[in-house]
Amino acid sequence: MNLLGKRYFFFTLSLLVILPGLIVLATSGLPLSIDFTGGSLLEVTFVGTTPQPADVITLYEDANIKDAKVQTTDSGTLVIRSEFLDNEKRDTVLTSMNAAFGETTIQRFDSVGPSIGEQVTSRAAMAVGVSSLLVVIFIAWSFRGIKGAYRYGISAILAMLHDVALIFSVTALGSIFLGWEIDSLFLTGLLTVIGFSMQDSIVVFDRIRENSSALRRLDYETLVNHSIVQTLQRSINTQLMTVEFLLLALAFFGGVTLRQFVVVLLVGLMSGTYSSIFIAAPVLVVWEKQEWKTWFKKKATV
Amino acid sequence: MIKRQNTRLVVIVIVIAFALWIDLNDTLLISNPFNGSVIYSRDVSPQLGLDLRGGLQVLLEADLPEDVDVSAESMEVARSVIENRTNALGVAENVVQIAGDRRIVGEFPGLKDTEGVINTIQQTGLLEFVDVGDTPMAAGTIIQTDYGLSPSAAETTPAEGEEAPIVYHTVMAGAALEDVGVTQDTLGQFQIAFALNSEGSDVFAEHTIANSGKFLAIVLDKEVISAPRINEPITGGSGVISGQFDYESANALTVQLRYGSLPVPLKIVESRIIGPTLGEDSLQRSLKAGLIGIIIVVLFMAIYYRLPGITADISILFYAAIAFAVFKGIGVTLTLPGIAGFMLSTGSALDANILVFERLKEELRRGRTLKQAFDMAWSRAWSSIRDSNAAVLITSLILFWFGNAFGASIVKGFAITLALGVSISLFSALYITRTLLAVVLDKIKITNFQRWFGI
Repeated sequence: MNLLGKRYFFFTLSLLVILPGLIVLATSGLPLSIDFTGGSLLEVTFVGTTPQPADVITLYEDANIKDAKVQTTDSGTLVIRSEFLDNEKRDTVLTSMNAAFGETTIQRFDSVGPSIGEQVTSRAAMAVGVSSLLVVIFIAWSFRGIKGAYRYGISAILAMLHDVALIFSVTALGSIFLGWEIDSLFLTGLLTVIGFSMQDSIVVFDRIRENSSALRRLDYETLVNHSIVQTLQRSINTQLMTVEFLLLALAFFGGVTLRQFVVVLLVGLMSGTYSSIFIAAPVLVVWEKQEWKTWFKKKATV
Repeated sequence: MIKRQNTRLVVIVIVIAFALWIDLNDTLLISNPFNGSVIYSRDVSPQLGLDLRGGLQVLLEADLPEDVDVSAESMEVARSVIENRTNALGVAENVVQIAGDRRIVGEFPGLKDTEGVINTIQQTGLLEFVDVGDTPMAAGTIIQTDYGLSPSAAETTPAEGEEAPIVYHTVMAGAALEDVGVTQDTLGQFQIAFALNSEGSDVFAEHTIANSGKFLAIVLDKEVISAPRINEPITGGSGVISGQFDYESANALTVQLRYGSLPVPLKIVESRIIGPTLGEDSLQRSLKAGLIGIIIVVLFMAIYYRLPGITADISILFYAAIAFAVFKGIGVTLTLPGIAGFMLSTGSALDANILVFERLKEELRRGRTLKQAFDMAWSRAWSSIRDSNAAVLITSLILFWFGNAFGASIVKGFAITLALGVSISLFSALYITRTLLAVVLDKIKITNFQRWFGI
C-alpha cells in the first residue's frame, strides 16, 4: 500500500476542507463567547407564553442595558446576551420581566466582567502556546537518538496546527448555522485535540524510529510508508472504533450542553489520526528529500 | 511469559477489592472488631459539579487597583470569612477556593435562593473608622473612602462641571479589631464594645488626640453606622459603637465583625447560575451515553481481538472501577467535561491495549512462538505508549494550571480526570491485561491462533 505517493493530493484535500471555514473566520471574526469578551448571558423560561425577542430587547433598553441580543432555543428558552450585569441590574431585569411577561425562571445566568474576559483570552493563548512548546521539546528529546530529531517535533506541530485549523474552521461554520461560540469549553476541547494529535503522530514516529535501525537499507520514503502501514490498523481501531464510538454515543445521546464540545472532539480527534498519517509523516519525507526545491519547476512531482 | 504470576494476581485482587470497597460505599468505615469503636471513618460520597446539579458559581476579585499587592494571607482570611458566612446560611457543600493571586471562587451547588448568598457575600463586612472632619453624619449615609487606594489615585482632580465626590480618609480598618461584644449602656441601649490590637490602639490614640472635637464615622461597607464626636482622646485601645441597635442587629453586626471583617474588599467579576433541571437532564443523558459507548467498545474488542480482547475488556472494567474509586477517594468533583475526560482516558486505555495486540498479531504472523510474540508485543509497544501518554499528560497539566488560575472548575475537572485516567490506564494495560493474558495462556494450550487471536 503506497500512502505516501499521493501526499500532495492529501495536502490539497486538507487545504480544501480547512479553507472555507477560515475564510468565514477572516470575514466575520472569531465567534468569541462572553468567557473571553466579557458580558452576560441570561437563559430564562416562562410559565406563560414566551415573549417576542423584540419586547425583551425593549425591556433591556428601558433598563439602560446595552448590546442586548435575544435568541430562542429548541427547548423553548430565551437566551439573552448583553453587556456585563451586576446583581442589581440583573434583579432589575428580572423584576421587570416578571411584571411584563409573567413568572420567569432562571435556567442559567453567566456574567463575566470585562477585565476577566481579557485575561482569559491572553492566558488561553498562552496555555495553547506553552503546551505545544513543551510537547515539541519532549518529542525532540525523546527522538534524540535519530537523525534530525527536531524535525519530528516540528512535523508533529504542523499536523497539530492542521487539526487546530480544522476545528476552528468547523466551529466557524457552526457559528453561522448553529450559533456556536468559542467558550472555555471549546478551549478544553482544543487542548485535548492537541494532546491526542501528538499522541497519534508519536505512535507513527515511534515506528519510524524503530524501523530506521532495523530497516536501515530502505530509502527514507519507503521506510516511512512501511511504518505508516504497520501502524494503520492500530490507528483505525483506536480512533475510529473506540474513541469515536464513545464520542458518537455522547453526541447522539448526551445532553445538549455538551454537543458542541463533543463535535469539536469528534472532528478534532479524527483529524488527529488523519493528520498523523497524511500530514506529519509526509512532511518528514518532503523535508528529508528537500522537495521544495522542485516545487516551482515544470512538471512538479505531484 | 511473566514470572511471579501469583504475586501479580494477588496484587490485582487487592487493588480491585480496595477499589470496589470505595466504589460501593459512601462512607469508609473501619471499626475495631473487638469493641466496635471507629478507627477510621471518611466520607467519600461522589461530588457532582454545578453543571450536573445546578447551583451558583461566583468569582470574586480583590477590589483594589492593579498595582496594589494582595498578600496571600489576607486572601486566605477573606476566603475563610466567606466560607463561614455562607455556611452559616445553611447552604450545604459549599466550596470556596482561592483562584490565582487575587481571586476567590465560590460554588454553591443545588442552591435555590441565589439572592441570599450573593447578598451575604457582598456584605463585605469591611469596617472602617473614617475621619469626617467637622460634619456630623446621619446613619445610613453612603460615603466614599480612600481605603485601599494608592495615594496618587486619591488625589485625582474631578472633571469640570461635576461636583467632586468627597473621598474621606480612613483612619483604620476592621483588621485592627481584636475583640468585639454586645453591651448595654446605662439606659439599656444595646451597643457594641470593641478592643483594638496594639497597632490599632496606637493609631487610634494618635488620631483622637489630634482631632478632639471632630467627628469619627464608623462605616461598614461604605455605609455610616454611627458618627460620634470625639469627646476625649481614646488611648486605651477600646471603645463602643453606639447606634439604633436592638439586640438582634447588634449581635448580627458583632458576628460579622468578629468573623467577618474582610481584609480586602471584594467585587463580583463573574457569576453563573445553572438551573437544576438543565443539570439533571445533562447528567442522565451523559451517563446513558457513556454506558452505550462502553458497551459498543467492549463488544468490538471481544469480537475483533478475541481472547486478548476479552482480557482487555476485563481490565478496562477494572480500570473503570479503580478510576472511579480514585475520583471518590481524593474528592474529584464530577462535571460533564470531567465525564468526557474520563471517557477519553478510557480511549487511551484501549489504545494502549490495541497497540500491544496489533504488535502481538504482527509477531505471530511473522512465525514467532507465542512466548516470544507475547514478550515482544509489550516491550516493543512500550516506547510508543510511554511517549504518547506523556504528551497527553503534559497537555493536561497545562490545562489544570489554566483552570486553576481562573477558577474555571469545569476546565480543571476535565484536566484532573484526564490526567488521572491516563495514569491509571497505563497500569491497566501494562499490568492487569498483561498478567491476565499470561495466566490464561499458561492454563490453556493454544494451537489455533486463527481462532483465539483473530489473525
